[in-house]
Amino acid sequence: MEDQNNIATKALCYHCGEDLPKLSYSIDDKNFCCAGCRGVYKILSENNLCNYYLYNNNPGRQLKEESHLEYLDEPNIIAQLLDYRHESSSIITFYIPAIHCSSCIWLLEHLYKINPAIFSSRIDFLKKQVTISFNHEEISLRELVETLNKIGYEPLISLQDVVKEHSSSVDKALVLKIAVAGFLMGNVMLFSFPEYFGLSGLEKQFQYLFGWLNLAFSIPATFYCGRDYFVSAITSLRHKHINLDTPLALIIAVLFFRTAFEVIFNTGPGFADTLTGLVFLLLMGKWLKQRTYHHISFDRDYRSYFPIAVTTIQDGKEKPVSINEVKIGDRLWIRNGELVPADAILMKGDAWMDMSFVTGESEPVHKVLGEIIYAGGRQTTEAIELEVIKPVSQSYLTGLWNNEHYKNSIQKETFNDSIAKYFSLGVFIIAFSATAYWLFQQDSHKAWSAFTAVIIVACPCVLALSTPFTLSAILSVFDKKGFYVKNTDAVEELAKCDAIVFDKTGTLTSTENAQITFSGSLDDGEKILIASLLRNSSHPLSRHILKILNVDEFCSLEDYREVLGKGLTAKVGHHTIYAGHLSMLPITVENISKSGVHIVIDRVYKGYFDIEQKWRPGLTHLMSKLSKYKMQVLSGDTDRDLWMLKTIFPKSTRIKFGQSPHEKLNTILELQQGGSKIMMLGDGLNDAGALKQSNFGIALTDNINNFTPGCDAILKGSSLNDLPGFIQLSKDGLKIIKTSFAIATAYNCIGVYYAVQGTLYPLVAAVLMPISTVTIICFTTFATRIFARKNKLI
Amino acid sequence: MNILYFLVGSSVLMALIFLGAFFWAYKTGQNDDVHTPGIRILFDDEPQNEKSEEDHFYN
Repeated sequence: MEDQNNIATKALCYHCGEDLPKLSYSIDDKNFCCAGCRGVYKILSENNLCNYYLYNNNPGRQLKEESHLEYLDEPNIIAQLLDYRHESSSIITFYIPAIHCSSCIWLLEHLYKINPAIFSSRIDFLKKQVTISFNHEEISLRELVETLNKIGYEPLISLQDVVKEHSSSVDKALVLKIAVAGFLMGNVMLFSFPEYFGLSGLEKQFQYLFGWLNLAFSIPATFYCGRDYFVSAITSLRHKHINLDTPLALIIAVLFFRTAFEVIFNTGPGFADTLTGLVFLLLMGKWLKQRTYHHISFDRDYRSYFPIAVTTIQDGKEKPVSINEVKIGDRLWIRNGELVPADAILMKGDAWMDMSFVTGESEPVHKVLGEIIYAGGRQTTEAIELEVIKPVSQSYLTGLWNNEHYKNSIQKETFNDSIAKYFSLGVFIIAFSATAYWLFQQDSHKAWSAFTAVIIVACPCVLALSTPFTLSAILSVFDKKGFYVKNTDAVEELAKCDAIVFDKTGTLTSTENAQITFSGSLDDGEKILIASLLRNSSHPLSRHILKILNVDEFCSLEDYREVLGKGLTAKVGHHTIYAGHLSMLPITVENISKSGVHIVIDRVYKGYFDIEQKWRPGLTHLMSKLSKYKMQVLSGDTDRDLWMLKTIFPKSTRIKFGQSPHEKLNTILELQQGGSKIMMLGDGLNDAGALKQSNFGIALTDNINNFTPGCDAILKGSSLNDLPGFIQLSKDGLKIIKTSFAIATAYNCIGVYYAVQGTLYPLVAAVLMPISTVTIICFTTFATRIFARKNKLI
Repeated sequence: MNILYFLVGSSVLMALIFLGAFFWAYKTGQNDDVHTPGIRILFDDEPQNEKSEEDHFYN
């Protein structure tokens, strides 16, 4: 460390923007918080890439610990990851969570300067993806990933990458259909204008041409753009069930046939303008409904937590193997910080497993030889050897996802579908009675035109539009407040919930602001000794404690030794210092709690740093607002926080401790069988089953780019206190939809008045439909804003 | 007024060409990422030519 200087300025790290420790690392007059940040700067400056620092201040992120990438040398794993491979060039897409600013884009698109074997790289900022094309003869995939790691952009390669899902193709077809429908509507409107204003003798000769052109444009509108409605209507009729698409399909068909009839027999101008306008608006509503967030994934399961490969031992040699190929009886080699991917028995080594994924309990658990370690545990100390007893897909944790009784089997009925039945019935009754009346009057021409006109004018298109417009307006209000809901249907589910279940760790407590306190006493000299020891470690706890100690003098160390996941030891002058877990200490200490970082100097126990999770602020106030709902707390932890929970929650709240993921899931099932609609708030993989089973699962997170389990919505930790407002707004949203339905019915009554008399002119239909649509869109937008303001969300 | 037949025909043809252009643009992925290019265009050109310009002045 030749250029470490003692600089006592209060400044930020030039690379990552963290507070500088008292003794910082510097190079080229720039200060860095750690050797990692300085290393990145060095690479960038050597490659003439310092523009990175010009676009934003402190754009970098601290480097994480080294990861093992041997598996990227395996040809079958490479083949799974690559998008494209041809002769000497390959293309691959990585998901890089660290992408956050324009500097990231600039740097990652100039990768070719670091290594000329990289041809080009392109970023999709919102999806946080980079697509790199490179020459695989000159740079291997592993070297490519190592290059990215070195500059602080570690790609996240998980099992889910291998199983790529292509859901966007549906979306694409819809956009093309909207384009065609817009084109058709514009042209048909143009040709219908002369009709609206009355035809002069001069224009009469064109009437025939315009009629046929309109008919020609109606054909793709019906059979290409409107195809989905027919398909959906036929399938739902086959299941003896009427959904909203059934009357819509009927109207499109009636409009088309009446237009064709009138044009071919030259009896009138037809309803081509109404038809194309209707199809266009319907597709717009559908698009609004499908719109979703690119940067957030709601459908994650265990696969996105698991690495794609694991090291096995075969004939005494380490060999990386793809997770899907792990068989019963395989020997796994799990290093510090790696995840156990399948249920296995400990064969060799000292296992301290962080089981927080599985149980929610954050304290590492000690496992002895021969004990079963469940998949999802993370090793926190030295490397261990395990023998697999169950394949990955059948392990205890993954079993949570394979449970068959999830809510998907329950038919979710939206307001629209339930009302569509009565609506269709009403329209049919009016249409048939009008026809019967005119047939009775011996006027078959009027009977036919009354029948078609009633069906045309009673169009439930407003119903199909008001729901997506209202709900997507609500979604965008939520969005600004840090509440990301999966889709518009989920908002309706949210409004129906009447019971709330909370997880404790990470949901009611915050993982980000851990509070560190020292029990014991230290004098200034001892503080310097401890700080000198800790500054050599990159462990997050060391960094936290170092910041609290706030020392600006350091001593030099000898015999420095770090036992991964356990602690540190070194000699400073004639003192020997230990810092770390109890089992690390040279002396046995009794009557103290297990957790925390314990300090021993010269065989004298000095005390320990305790890391306590902080409760989120405003919980008591929040719970008093939510007291009209049934509430329950499910914690995977021990009951040490019982008294605290009792002061936060109302007396009727049930609180359960020591809950396994399966017990959480079962509790939700029991409540649902009792007729409750459950909203579940959780954060970890241990809540995943419960989140999926609940009617509305919310994953709480402090950083939306972190991994969250599959759910219906993601909520930022800082927005937890707005929860009552969110629920209330979703309820108000349903009220808005119902009101707009009433407005639409009023419009329909005017139309039906003319329609039953058989005197509906195409102009009336063409004007009535846009007017009612515009009214509804304005009403839903304004009403949503008013309610959002009332609930203090704007 | 027969010229209107021609005008109607060409207006439909024009509209079809635009529709076709949109189809082409959409299918070649030009609308896949509408956020990043907006940032990308703001990057300055590389200041790598500074030295050669200096040489130019002093020689």
